[in-house]
Amino acid sequence: MDRIPILRLGQTLLVTVQVDMHDQLAVRLLDDLTTMITQTRARGVVIDISALDMVDSFIGRMIADVAATSRILDAQTVLVGMQPAVAITLVELGMALPGVRTALDVERGMEMLDDAGDH
Amino acid sequence: MTPAITEPGRPSIRVEIAENQDIVLVRQRAREQAHRAGFSLLETTKLVTVASELARNTLEHGGGGHAELEICTDGIRRGVRMRFIDEGPGIADVELALRDGFSTGKGLGLGLGGARRLVSEFEIETVPGRGTKVTVVRWK
Amino acid sequence: MAVSTNRIIQVLKSSQVQLLADWIKVLRATVTSRAASTISDPEIQMQCQEFISLLSDAVAAGTLEDITGEPWRLVREFLAGLSRSRGRQGGSPSETAIFVFSFKEPLVAHLRRMFGEDEAAQLFSDLWECSRALDKLGLYTIEIHQQAREDLIRRQGEEMLELSTPVIQLWDGILAIPLIGTLDSSRTQIVMESLLQQIAVTRSPIAILDITGVPTVDTLTAQHLLKTVAATRLMGAECIISGIRPQIAQTIVHLGVSLGDIVTKASLADAFRVALKKLGQTITVS
Repeated sequence: MDRIPILRLGQTLLVTVQVDMHDQLAVRLLDDLTTMITQTRARGVVIDISALDMVDSFIGRMIADVAATSRILDAQTVLVGMQPAVAITLVELGMALPGVRTALDVERGMEMLDDAGDH
Repeated sequence: MTPAITEPGRPSIRVEIAENQDIVLVRQRAREQAHRAGFSLLETTKLVTVASELARNTLEHGGGGHAELEICTDGIRRGVRMRFIDEGPGIADVELALRDGFSTGKGLGLGLGGARRLVSEFEIETVPGRGTKVTVVRWK
Repeated sequence: MAVSTNRIIQVLKSSQVQLLADWIKVLRATVTSRAASTISDPEIQMQCQEFISLLSDAVAAGTLEDITGEPWRLVREFLAGLSRSRGRQGGSPSETAIFVFSFKEPLVAHLRRMFGEDEAAQLFSDLWECSRALDKLGLYTIEIHQQAREDLIRRQGEEMLELSTPVIQLWDGILAIPLIGTLDSSRTQIVMESLLQQIAVTRSPIAILDITGVPTVDTLTAQHLLKTVAATRLMGAECIISGIRPQIAQTIVHLGVSLGDIVTKASLADAFRVALKKLGQTITVS
């Protein structure tokens, strides 16, 4: 069965989305992440979507859900690498993802989580 | 709507929408048509996103159907026209369905209203109990 | 196939060489402009020859009534190419049209020679059909010429818009985009695109949108600015708006547009200072 791999780096989980996700794959990712956060007691999640050339409202909602769910489980989510065209389209679509933290790339996303963990 | 005629020699692509995976297929076909019409990266992204939203709408609210994607022209500009056709329950209140935040299925309820903002022309024909046809055109 | 079509093909095929020679003579006599006279003899010869051969194929395969169909595609493409290249060389649309129209004279002469004057009625209908087809083709070249010009104008317009919205790298990690003049929808779109593109290329986490040079801000403009800020944030960068003049601040409040939690600063210098601070850097004057 198709699954998007989740990488564990210390207290952070890293997800790199590289395929054009169909809806079930997105839903499964949300489930897998939630389980992993609980199992590994991760403090942060970095979702790298630099390879995605489209984010529609369904994938957008999935990302917002990951952020909200992880927050309840005491983990921070950072969305990184969104392409310019994808960002413009999402905003036009009416989806600014206000509850989701963002960073330019994985490195900066990790730094952001480290900074948050220090406090 | 501006009378948009299909460009001769460029047949329309038909995609059946029966299951979730078909939404991905519609996105791919929309991307191909956008390339053929000479769309920029941003225009392509917008078109593909609209295709995705409307295909999901056809699947979830229309119970499946099909999409027709074709390159069109009004003599000066080139564009891509997409039709999404289902024989589902139809939409009782179109105005309401187009409003942001309205949703009867999954998602944020941005599908139809959001899609309308991303295209140049947008038209819904719906008959309760008979089905829905959404036609959109995005000009280059 | 119509009888007349048959005869026209006969003329086109059998007296090709003589037709060509006569046509070039007519062309040379009618076209006098400088641009057209720079086209060399061999080039004209080649163009005329190609047209005659494509035309006879088209007439053989299709009808003279409708030049928009598949049999006429190669003729149309050839004329479109001719029209565009002459347009680029500075020729006027009528010159390219005359290229087509001038073919009437030799064609008519040859039809007359070949089929004689005793079949006057028949000859008349032949001429009429040829004339109509050539008129359509001539008008087609004008259309293409027009299109090529419009394309050029549109491209220049876009280039001008891009030139009027430069994205500047102020510091390592800080971009600035000074906006001058009215911000309409299409311009804001380009501002947004080039800013986001530069953020991606330079990996700059902070962008300053300076609107000191923007005379007025209406609801639509304010919304566009908000969209730009939102898109920047989605990419993982931050946007600071600077240079909001008092009147514009008042308008924004008056319009009831909420700038939310967007950082705004009075001047570009202030915004720059805030940006440096966010990057953990300061400037000290010694």
